[in-house]
Parts: sequence; structure tokens; C-alpha cells
Amino acid sequence: MSNELTLKPASPAVGPGDPLLSITGLKKHFPVMDGFLFKRQVGAVHAVDGVDLEVFPSESVGLVGESGCGKSTTGRLVTRLLEPTGGEIRYAGQDITHASRKELAPIRSEIQMIFQDPYSSLNPRHTVGSIIGAPMEINGINPKGGVQRRVQELLETVGLNPEHYNRFPHEFSGGQRQRIGVARALSLSPKLIVADEPVSALDVSIQAQVVNLLQELQRELGIAFLFIAHDLSVVRHFSQRVAVMYLGKIVEIADRKSLYESPRHPYTHALLSAVPEADPDDDRERIRLTGDVPSPLNPPSGCRFRTRCWKAQEKCASEEPPLVQLSGNAAGHLTACHFPEDAAPAAVPAQRAEV
Amino acid sequence: MTTQAKPEEVSAGSGGTPFLSVRDLSVRFSTEDGVVRAVDNLSFDVAPGSTLGIVGESGSGKSVTNLAVLGLHNPDRTEITGSIKLDGQELVGASNRELEKLRGRKMSMIFQDPLTALSPFHTIGRQIGETYRKHTGASKKEARDRAIEMLTRVGIPQPTSRVDDYPHQFSGGMRQRAMIAMSLVCDPKLVIADEPTTALDVTVQAQILDLLKDLQQEMGTAIILITHDLGVVARTAQDIMVMYAGRAVERGTVREVLKAPQHPYTWGLLSSMPSLTGDVNVPLKPVRGTPPSLINLPSGCPFHPRCDFREEVIGGGCTSERPPLSPATGHAAACHLKQVQRQDIFIDQIKPRLG
Repeated sequence: MSNELTLKPASPAVGPGDPLLSITGLKKHFPVMDGFLFKRQVGAVHAVDGVDLEVFPSESVGLVGESGCGKSTTGRLVTRLLEPTGGEIRYAGQDITHASRKELAPIRSEIQMIFQDPYSSLNPRHTVGSIIGAPMEINGINPKGGVQRRVQELLETVGLNPEHYNRFPHEFSGGQRQRIGVARALSLSPKLIVADEPVSALDVSIQAQVVNLLQELQRELGIAFLFIAHDLSVVRHFSQRVAVMYLGKIVEIADRKSLYESPRHPYTHALLSAVPEADPDDDRERIRLTGDVPSPLNPPSGCRFRTRCWKAQEKCASEEPPLVQLSGNAAGHLTACHFPEDAAPAAVPAQRAEV
Repeated sequence: MTTQAKPEEVSAGSGGTPFLSVRDLSVRFSTEDGVVRAVDNLSFDVAPGSTLGIVGESGSGKSVTNLAVLGLHNPDRTEITGSIKLDGQELVGASNRELEKLRGRKMSMIFQDPLTALSPFHTIGRQIGETYRKHTGASKKEARDRAIEMLTRVGIPQPTSRVDDYPHQFSGGMRQRAMIAMSLVCDPKLVIADEPTTALDVTVQAQILDLLKDLQQEMGTAIILITHDLGVVARTAQDIMVMYAGRAVERGTVREVLKAPQHPYTWGLLSSMPSLTGDVNVPLKPVRGTPPSLINLPSGCPFHPRCDFREEVIGGGCTSERPPLSPATGHAAACHLKQVQRQDIFIDQIKPRLG
């Protein structure tokens, strides 16, 4: 970034070594109603079903998984756009699981969100200036030099022309719109940004521009990220720790080196082997997963992955594997599997030999 | 890693007469703002039974080219010049009746979003059978049997009961399978797949790409695979054409283009993609700026405003003269840089960045 950043460096009220965000046993069940006149609940979609996760200050945690695995719901629960069914969310030590609007107000300015679709997340009738300035107005913040000045600084921070303050979203391209979304998220100097698929709607070259921008912001402003995406290569590039979700649960979590080089959960293996690499010499073993993700209305008993797992045995159906550190794993590398893969062979070769 | 060529790549490009041959194709739309030159002087061939991957950003003309092959543009607003020969038959200027006979029978299309491409009012079986009945005059019963056969072939479980389902009862991956069944029902010799896996998760994407490959080997179909993901192309195609602003900027076999790319735009695409093995501390290097407007193309080489290597061109023809795609056959690029220069730049500056 060329201009001088006037954003305060993050100084969370948490002690060193304490997590900024801590989730334990988080659950969200969406009720399914049926019946004429008198609606009654006939079931529930177990979108998120017992997720434990910690995000430390200035850290980026990636959340990957197939569609319907509950990663976006987790993001929305953290920002409290949805009310959790169970579990606990703590932000900087404070329990915000069922906090009221009023209690949340000061925290909302510290947790911001970047949305997936840059077309539907910006109001077409508002100018860029009023979109980026809105969070400050709502929170009654009057920055030094006025709102307009601050908005122009933010535009420059995200690499847009500050003179475009009065333009409307339709005058910008997809990548530029996503930058506007980033500027809006930055306007309140947040400490945690939940980015829900921030680059998946963009073209490859533009995607790299936005990833680089987010990375610079993370490094220079010390903002913590919960980075939700389905693209494993992008997540690896951006996040220091990565959690893999399957059907509402985290099946494996580790720092990126450990997760990508020695994954232990069969599902992580399958996901990694399915990523196509732009290399004609890519001769990694491919695991063909059959079928689709089971319905979260009625998830399989025991291990949820067992219906598609090639290693499943009777134990998998009767007993749910706990998320624990397996022998041979680095500290903090947790896996939920009864019959994990060997630690030694890497699903992704550490460094490809020169050809 | 060894450099042994896979057997399918040896045959690439060496096939006899092409099944589809496009020469100097231009597609122009007149709009209120001016003439959009969506495709400009494009030539390419597809050999029988082979796969051509067309890569490019949104708006680079990849879809427009293929809609022109199928004759799906509105003739009142579109000006198509050049020649498209399918198995020796000229398609530019052919009457709608002639095209109708070909569409679905000799050539067919797999669309990106199966939910919008399938009709929600008709059963899957009826939609698959419709094409079959039109071209073969089969009875309803025969068409239904054929639909069941096709569903079996694309790997849909319980095809005899699923044939009477509606699209909303299928999952995303199954809908895409049904689309593939629909496009292959008359054993076409050419299938155009427009981003067939973009809307799908990686594991399902791998399933669909494998399926397309298996079916191609079984039936000897030629495939044009349109995508923006170089990884998908590396996994499925034999030849690649990279498009930018309605023109081909580079063409060659998968190995040639991905291992020794010649055009600065291809370099940009490759270095803006994060890989599973690259160094995470090296920032991605995106292509600067945004794609040009097709109404008002930059003079000379349309890529020059975003090109980092303009200064190195001897004589500086980038802004005045449009580079041709040379040499005429084999691995070719449209760039003013000398062949030797391109090789040096790629080896010295680009290759070290790629994982």
C-alpha cells in the first residue's frame, strides 16, 4: 500500500496467547416445518453440529469443505447474523452466543464480513462513498477530517481511485466491486474479518489481485481472518491454519504445512487429490469419491463420512470419532477418524522436481 | 518427475482431417453503444476424438465462439463472417433447418448451470428423450428406454425410477450428469462443454471430468472444453487455445502451453493461480488492470495495456501493429517478442515463480 495507513494497528483486549475468537460445540439446526394450518417441526437441518474452533489475533484460519458442509453457516454464526442453537461463541473472552443487539453493538464494529458475490452485496442505488461510509454513520463515528476523507483513504488503501467516491457500483468491474466490499469491511478498523468465499466469483487474474490485497491488509493491519472458501489452493495460500469441514463438523484441523503435506483424514486426502493442478505431469494418485454428500436432515450415525469412505468398518457406524491429536502428528493437528491414513506419504509432494 | 508423454498426447494434433475447422471467424454484435467485436479472426481445428481446451477470462469470447458453431446467435443482431466447417459442411450462413438437423445429432452442448439449462416442468427422462425422438423418430416408449440407458451410462443410481424425476429432485452433480446424458443421447461426434464443472465442488468436478473422459474414449467424441481453470484443462484436454479479447493469443498441446508458455498473458494466468505446492510466502503475481472493452479495443496488440514486457520488444510495435499467431501450425503465440526473448523471459522470470 502506497499511502500512509491511518488505521490503528489491532490491539485486542486479549492477553498474548489467548484466542480472539473461540467457538466450542457450536450448533445450528434449522427447523423443518410441515402441516396445514398448525405448523409443527418435523425435523431439523443439522447445518452446523458441534464445531470447536479458535482464531488468534492476526491469524488467518481457513475453513474448507464442499457446498452444504456448513462453512458459510459457521461464518454467519460468528458474526451473529444467525442465532446459534447450541454451544458457545466467545469474542475476546466475552460470551456473545446469545448477546442482544445492544450488547453486540460495540462488538459488531470489530467483527466485519466480506461477502461472496460483489454484485448482490452492494446496494446499486447508493454511491460508493455512502456504501463505505455507512458503517461509520451507523456507529456514530466521526473520524478526523470527516467521513469523506476517511472513505477516500480507504479507497486508496484497497487500490481504487479516491476520486471515484461519487460513482455507483455498476460503474465498477467485479474485482473493483470486491475491493469496495473490502473497504467497507475495513471502515471500522475491525480485528476480525469473516470472508465468505471472497474471491470465488472472480476471474483468475483478478482473484490473485484481491488475494494479494487481503494478504497485505492482514500483514500490515494485523487483522485476524476467518477465510471461508472451497478452493484449497487459495486457502493454502492465504491461511496459516486450515480446518476441513464435512457435514456440519470439523474432520481435520492443522497448520497448513501439516494439513497439506501429511493429511490424516481420508476426506482431506480425497479433497486434495481432486484439486486439478495446471501441470501435465501431475500424476498424483486420484481418489474417486462416489456419490454425493448425505442429507444434513438425517446425517449418518457415527462418523459422517463413512458412507463415502473406502476404509469404513463397523466401528465407524456405531461410534463417532473424536477430534484428537493422533500419534505422529504435529501439535495442533487434530483429526476425527478411527482409521486414519498413514502419516508418512504426502498427498501433495513437498516440492516438485524440476523437469 | 519423469517426462514420459502419456499415449493420448502423442496422437494430439497429428490426426488427419479435423472434424471441426474454424477459419477467420469473426462475430460482431451491434449494440446501442457501438459494435462489440466479440470474436475477431479466430481459427482453430478439432480432430475427431480429441479434446480442445479453450481458456480465457470472462468476456474473452470463448462462449461466443461456440455459440456461433452451434448457430445459436440471433441473426438479426449478429454479424458472423469467416468459415466454420463441421465434417466438411459449412455452418456459417446455413439455414436454421439445416442447423436443427445437426444440433443434438452431430454436435451438442453441455451448459454451465444445469439448473437453468434444464426445464423445471418436464421430467429428466422426457428432456433426454426429446432430442432422441426428434432426430430418430422413435416412439415415446423407445425414447424412455433410451433415456434410462443414457442415465445408466452416466452413472445415475436407480435409473429406472430416477428417469421420472424432475430436475429439482437431483443434486448438482447428478443434474450435470443428466445434462451430459442429454447431450450424448444421439451419439454426437462433437460435444461443446461450456464450463461444465464451474458450479460444482472439487470432488464432484473430478467425477464429472472422469466421466467425460471415459465416455469420450468409449464413443470417440471430439470435445471442446471451455473453462477458465487451467487445472481442469491439464487434466482433460490434449490441446489448448488461450483466448484474450476475442482472439487466440496462444495455441499448442497441453504440455507445450503449460510447460513452456510463450505469451505474456499465459504467463500472467499461470502465475496468478496459487498451487498446492508453491511457496506460500511469495505473493501471487496477477495480470495488472482489467480486460479491455470489446467495443473500443486497444490499438495494436490488445494485451499491451496490461503487458509487463512491452519495453523489451525491439522496434516497439505493440501499440501500432497487431501480432499474428505464428507459426501457422504447432505451438504458436501472438506476440511481438522474439521467440528467443520469450524463452529467456520464461525461464529467468516466470518459471521460478511457479510452484
